[in-house]
Amino acid sequence: MIRIEARNAPPRALTLGVPILSALVALALASIPLAFAGADISTAYAEMAKGVFGSKFAFSEMLTRATPLIFTGLAAALAFRAKLWNIGAEGQLYLGAMAAVAIGSGAVDAPAFVLVPLIVVFGAAAGAAGMAVPTVLKTRFGADEVVTTLLLNFVILIFVQMMLEGALKDPMSLGWPQSSPILDQGMLPQLMDRMRIHSGLIMALVAAGIAQFMLARSVWGFRLRAVGENAAAARHAGIRVNRSLMSVAIVSGGLAGLAGVSEVAGLKGYLTADLSPGFGYTGIVVAMLAGLSPVGVVISALFIASVFVGADSMSRAMGVSSYLADLVVSMSLLCVLIGGFFARFRIVRSKVGVA
Amino acid sequence: MENPKILSLNALSKRFGSVVANDAVSLDLHRGEVLALLGENGAGKTTLMNMLFGHYLPDSGSVEVLQDGVMTPLQLGHPQAALAAGIGMVHQHFTLALNLTTFDNVVLGSEPLFSWRRNRAAARAKLLAIMEQSGLVAPLDTPVGQLSVGERQRVEILKALYRDARILVLDEPTAVLTPQEADTLFENVATMTQNGLAVIFISHKLREVLAFSNRIAVLRHGQKVGEIATKDADERVIARMMVGADTPVTARETMSPGTPMLTLKDVSVQGQSKRDSLSRASFSVHSHEILGIAGVSGNGQSALAGLVSGLMRPDRGTVSVGGTEISRPNPLTMITAGVGRIPEDRHHDGIVGAMTVAENMVIERLNDADIQTRGLLNRDAIQANADRLTKDYDVRGPGSDAAARLLSGGNIQKLILARVFDQTPRLILANQPTRGLDMGAAAEVGRRLLEARKRGAGVLLISEDLDEILGLADRIMVIHDGQLSELTTRDREEIGLSMAGEHA
Repeated sequence: MIRIEARNAPPRALTLGVPILSALVALALASIPLAFAGADISTAYAEMAKGVFGSKFAFSEMLTRATPLIFTGLAAALAFRAKLWNIGAEGQLYLGAMAAVAIGSGAVDAPAFVLVPLIVVFGAAAGAAGMAVPTVLKTRFGADEVVTTLLLNFVILIFVQMMLEGALKDPMSLGWPQSSPILDQGMLPQLMDRMRIHSGLIMALVAAGIAQFMLARSVWGFRLRAVGENAAAARHAGIRVNRSLMSVAIVSGGLAGLAGVSEVAGLKGYLTADLSPGFGYTGIVVAMLAGLSPVGVVISALFIASVFVGADSMSRAMGVSSYLADLVVSMSLLCVLIGGFFARFRIVRSKVGVA
Repeated sequence: MENPKILSLNALSKRFGSVVANDAVSLDLHRGEVLALLGENGAGKTTLMNMLFGHYLPDSGSVEVLQDGVMTPLQLGHPQAALAAGIGMVHQHFTLALNLTTFDNVVLGSEPLFSWRRNRAAARAKLLAIMEQSGLVAPLDTPVGQLSVGERQRVEILKALYRDARILVLDEPTAVLTPQEADTLFENVATMTQNGLAVIFISHKLREVLAFSNRIAVLRHGQKVGEIATKDADERVIARMMVGADTPVTARETMSPGTPMLTLKDVSVQGQSKRDSLSRASFSVHSHEILGIAGVSGNGQSALAGLVSGLMRPDRGTVSVGGTEISRPNPLTMITAGVGRIPEDRHHDGIVGAMTVAENMVIERLNDADIQTRGLLNRDAIQANADRLTKDYDVRGPGSDAAARLLSGGNIQKLILARVFDQTPRLILANQPTRGLDMGAAAEVGRRLLEARKRGAGVLLISEDLDEILGLADRIMVIHDGQLSELTTRDREEIGLSMAGEHA
């Protein structure tokens, strides 16, 4: 007879161990589709590792890829801590990128030390506004934010496409739907010569540090956690639940907006409708894998970026489809969800059955 | 016992994690007998019955039921097997479909799933015969949602009898009834046992157990600590069995009430249901005074509590605390006005279970200068506060940095008491403050309330436990159907009638 029993308190080793184990299991499971694709498995893993750690350039590529994931991962982690289900980081990312391009591509002519902060602030504000709207709909009218934020992603993406054909369109683009480039002095400083890695990474790491600190040490973080864990008790204790939700919505949307700013002003230079290969959605996986901890988000973003970059490079070297990366990322989310179950419950064997 | 044995529980044990809910409990039940299962909250009564009924699978032990003249082992962990063996259970919280009629509720689930037509006439005749025999009467074709609580309970019992129950388990059947409704219930039970039904009746009210049972079994901390024929028992004997010592008596001194601490003037709250409505309530709670609000649950207590704790706003009338009218009532304004609130559902409204004990102790005063400096928490102050309060209020558990949900019910209540009383509130709202607590913890709550009264606070005590109100309150009001009425009497019978709305 096997029964499932709730644990009183998940042991610390498990809360840390489960995400790591899930990541490893997901990587190991990737060998199945690899085998089906006819690749030599050990070579494939070696190629994957080489694609991330094989050279300074490879490593910097991984960090570049991790940068937007840290931002969107933080956006999801903070909102989810308050049980505000922001599925709209993808849309908020595009809003941030759009604001960055609108300000930075010539509308404001200012030196770098003015223009860069301006772009960052407006980008964050645009993302924040993108999350504030569904939050008002939730607190005022009870509209489920899962639905509204998810659907707004598509609305925003279509709006971006419209703008790229209209107001933001680059007249020099030979008809391609892309925006005018951000002025040189509006671009985020590069971190290394001849590499794509940029100071957006520093911003992301600082944001993670601040988020971690605020969550644990500030009254704001206290309220956010209380609202997320038990909104009824928080309200009873005099915490203004709606106000707390709105504040976390603004921060969450702002962080997602920064992901867009950092991609467009740190990397691409101009906006296209394929700026993000789903960074907003992957951010949710990053946050879940991190157990909604800001510092954990950094680590899991690095892991997921490694999987993407490594799988990319492996697929190029071995002729295997790079969709494998998506597969590993999805599987690690599933493994975390299953692993989370084992962290909260334990399996007990007992002999007693029918008397 | 001249009657044959019909049921025996043999050394049933059940553990939940590290908690032993039942430790080798054995019980026998005879035909036509009313066995009272008595014990404090958390003693393991409900767990034991849930094992009997197949909701829980025991870790060890067995159950035997008399079937065709032989004691037959019951397949455990299967409610269907229990039903088939003639065991019926009426839960504390009813399991009725409110939109269906009494008749449909009773036959629901006992009809074959695949059958061309329902044999309603036969079912009806059977049900009418049962009603005739047992004296349980309920309108057959009225939706259950329109019935009173007492009638719904009868429907639950009819449901069990309709399934040919020979053993009926009643889990705290009088918790939701007025004293008069309870008397009717016990008359019905008496009739049914004459027809051979055996009843196990779970309660923690000594009075009714003494009045209506044949035999009493007492559980304490999951163990059966005693069994006694009711005719040999009295309140003191049983109380001592339940707590393992004599009941602590709360001493209360007489005091003259001072200035009004809480005043409601012509206050109405129109809630979504009768449960949270209050109509034109006017009263004051004074300093040095405990005002007890008695009533059957669901008569507007939650509206009154919501109003005083700031969760609800009056639709008309005014609420004043300490002589000052509260213009925009919300939890924060009530806290700052000096209202300490002990919520009814301490797990749901009282604590954030996933946060630490220390954090829960400061959750109501995050704006205070000693708790925060410019938006950052003063961790040392929070820790010092927790150390002081856990010591002063004897909050026991795995420590102040452990999650609050790991505390036992009594210690969670102590945490809330500590948080509330430490702020020396002018007015204390205590809503069902001892529900679910063992006698020791309940006595502690009473002592703290009396202490606050002595200090000069006013206390608004809302309780369904008449004994608690009679023991603590200086004045008693009864709430029925959202209407409050002041009582001049302290006579149980009279209060019971008012609770049923007879004098309103």
